[in-house]
Amino acid sequence: MYQKRLTIALAGNPNSGKTTIFNNITGTRQKVGNWPGVTVEKKEGTINRYGYELKIIDLPGTYSLTPFSIEEIVARNFILDEYPDVVIDIIDASNLERSLYLATQLRELDCCKVLFALNMADVARSRGIKIDADKLSELLDVPVVFTVGNKNEGVEALLKKAIELGESASDVPLQRKVKYSKDIENSITQLQGFIENRAECIPYNIRWTAIKLLENDRIVTERIAEKTGNNCQAILQEVKTHRKHLTARFNDDPEIVMTDERYGFIAGIIKEVQTTSTRQRVDISRSIDLVLTNRFFGFPIFIFFIWAMFQLTFSLGSYPMEWIGSAINLLSTLFDLLLPDTLIKDLLINGIIAGVGSVIIFLPNILLLFFCIALFEDTGYMARAAFLMDKIMHLIGLHGKSFIPMLMGFGCNVPAIMASRTLESEKDRILTILITPFMSCSAKLPIYIILAGAFFSTKAGTVIFSIYLVGVILSVLTGRLFRTTLLKGADAPFVMELPPYRVPMIKSLMIHMWDRSKMFLKKMGGIILVGSIIIWALSAFPRNPRYSMDYESEIKKIQASFTVAIASADAIAREGIEKKRDQAVAELLNAQRAEKVEKSYMGRIGKTLAPLFSPIGIDWRGSVALLTGFVAKEIVVSTLGILYAVEEETGSEAIQNALISSGMTPLSALSMMLFVLLYIPCLATVASIRRETGSVKWMFLSIIYSTLIAWLVAFLVYQGGRIITGLS
Amino acid sequence: MLLSEMKEGQSGRIVRVGGSGVLRRRILEMGLLKDTEVYVEKYAPLKDPIELIVKGYHVSLRVEEAAHITVDSLR
Repeated sequence: MYQKRLTIALAGNPNSGKTTIFNNITGTRQKVGNWPGVTVEKKEGTINRYGYELKIIDLPGTYSLTPFSIEEIVARNFILDEYPDVVIDIIDASNLERSLYLATQLRELDCCKVLFALNMADVARSRGIKIDADKLSELLDVPVVFTVGNKNEGVEALLKKAIELGESASDVPLQRKVKYSKDIENSITQLQGFIENRAECIPYNIRWTAIKLLENDRIVTERIAEKTGNNCQAILQEVKTHRKHLTARFNDDPEIVMTDERYGFIAGIIKEVQTTSTRQRVDISRSIDLVLTNRFFGFPIFIFFIWAMFQLTFSLGSYPMEWIGSAINLLSTLFDLLLPDTLIKDLLINGIIAGVGSVIIFLPNILLLFFCIALFEDTGYMARAAFLMDKIMHLIGLHGKSFIPMLMGFGCNVPAIMASRTLESEKDRILTILITPFMSCSAKLPIYIILAGAFFSTKAGTVIFSIYLVGVILSVLTGRLFRTTLLKGADAPFVMELPPYRVPMIKSLMIHMWDRSKMFLKKMGGIILVGSIIIWALSAFPRNPRYSMDYESEIKKIQASFTVAIASADAIAREGIEKKRDQAVAELLNAQRAEKVEKSYMGRIGKTLAPLFSPIGIDWRGSVALLTGFVAKEIVVSTLGILYAVEEETGSEAIQNALISSGMTPLSALSMMLFVLLYIPCLATVASIRRETGSVKWMFLSIIYSTLIAWLVAFLVYQGGRIITGLS
Repeated sequence: MLLSEMKEGQSGRIVRVGGSGVLRRRILEMGLLKDTEVYVEKYAPLKDPIELIVKGYHVSLRVEEAAHITVDSLR
């Protein structure tokens, strides 16, 4: 059946309840992705209602359409280029004046039909604010619908109205506009005429174009330059003249004067439509803030919340992690038993299941982390956290909100990097993503424990702590370095709204949590799968290397020699001999395993790279282990175990002994720990860096930078240490 | 006086918003305009940023940003 289609975009300020309304309309039928080319979350959902197929787009929350931040550019470009049938502007009724700023800009665009949803009318009422919707509708020439998003009131009426509006005859000339003062209006009219005479195919409303040109809007200027060809210079010259004239007239930039006048226009509207009773009520939100951002209690409470989040994510998360881990083990054991010994089986078990399993295991962490973050965001606490931390973070050139992703990095870098989505400015986000890997993740801890335990015994704790500290210090230095070079420019202005506290809606939290996790699984899955297969192939081939001795016949020989001894011994002695035999066989098997890894491509690469590692005191076994650590840092210890031909079951002590007897010194252990701390993050992290920065460029920068720094630091410590210890 | 010099609990009326570029425009767009009344709700525990009440909502500014805004103290 043919169905009529309408595209409806939701616009509005952050915290206006836009997402709640979007969730209510689309329910679980939403798709979350990124806007093309940028890492701003794009949400859309399609529903069938009243005989229409409605495609709902949730535009990024913005305060204005001035294209400064990436969100504003995305929102404006969508309206300008995609021609949605209807734009619904969600207005926070308890915050009418500021909300109307975006509304007047939307109105001014004049290229689509706008509908206002006066949301959170109940909150406004409880604050003694009364709004005359009819009057507002009349004054701005826009239909108005009251909604209460979190109670799902008025949403159906809103949809009906949107359909009605979408179907109404288009091109109804709008009567009411923002009127600027005489001089500006004159310039607008003149410029409008000037453009009309010189360019036929301007895709936008001419008045709006003239206004934007006068405001020196970079993007509109560029587009006009593209469209008008030869006349471009003349038009830009004309704009310049007008701007000069207006600047002289008002003694300020035209865009500033126009912002001012828009607010003046809004003030006029407010006077007519809004009445506020002077009766002061108890403002619960303010009272909560008296405690949560209190001079004395603010930080302790904040630290407690962060601690609770950490506990929930990593402690509670460790149980389902174990279950998933055992399920994966079960699966690989099952395949091991069922399938014949072939290459495919090896690929399946050691490549695919092991690789993808190492990522899926993070799912509980990610679900819980995003539940906590959604809770912080939906209640309004995230803004307070940024408020508290901004002073400290600003010293590194970062925003207050960068703190949470960086802290999460101590747990696992993958969710940490995903948590950087809460940062609005793209530069801040990229910077945060680049320095987060220096926060030593929990998977690196076992490596430190083994190394520090073996070489620093009683001082192990202090050494490990210093390693963490080095990570923090280097992240600070890196932050400052990048801020002054690659990501130049001041960090985003901290003009941040502190929205009133709200009770979060379970449905919202769930949707939020599930969306992010789905994205994690889907997008990571592909890269991880390919990466794991490559790494597996490198360590699995060649299949049958030429061993230094014939292990199989050697084992048989031993077994044969013991069989005779066992047969001739009595029952008590037999047990001891059998044990001896098993030990001898195991030793040989371990030696074979070690040699196999050594002779694999991975081992050869490691050996080839050994000259690079020897200046930092790491032998070829260490370098192979570090290479395999690219898949996941957890593997480093087990690779070391294999290479030093330690029996699997004997645990860390055996590896420690092997390390000590291999000629490693405390200094080279320290150097290796520092290298582990800083070098290339694991595959899952690299994949999320690629994903969250939206570019391969940043991913490679991160890989190269971190590995370079790791080598340099390790080199300085190792060689410096050698000189010092050599002298003393 | 400058907005950054006001104390907690003080009110003022904005006389001028200085600064330049993005920051200035952003401050204005958030409703901190000439003749607007601002109330200093509080300073963060580390004395930076400031929390203000403007046009009925709460907004925070860094002290260095608030130093671009000149105000007349009201009380």
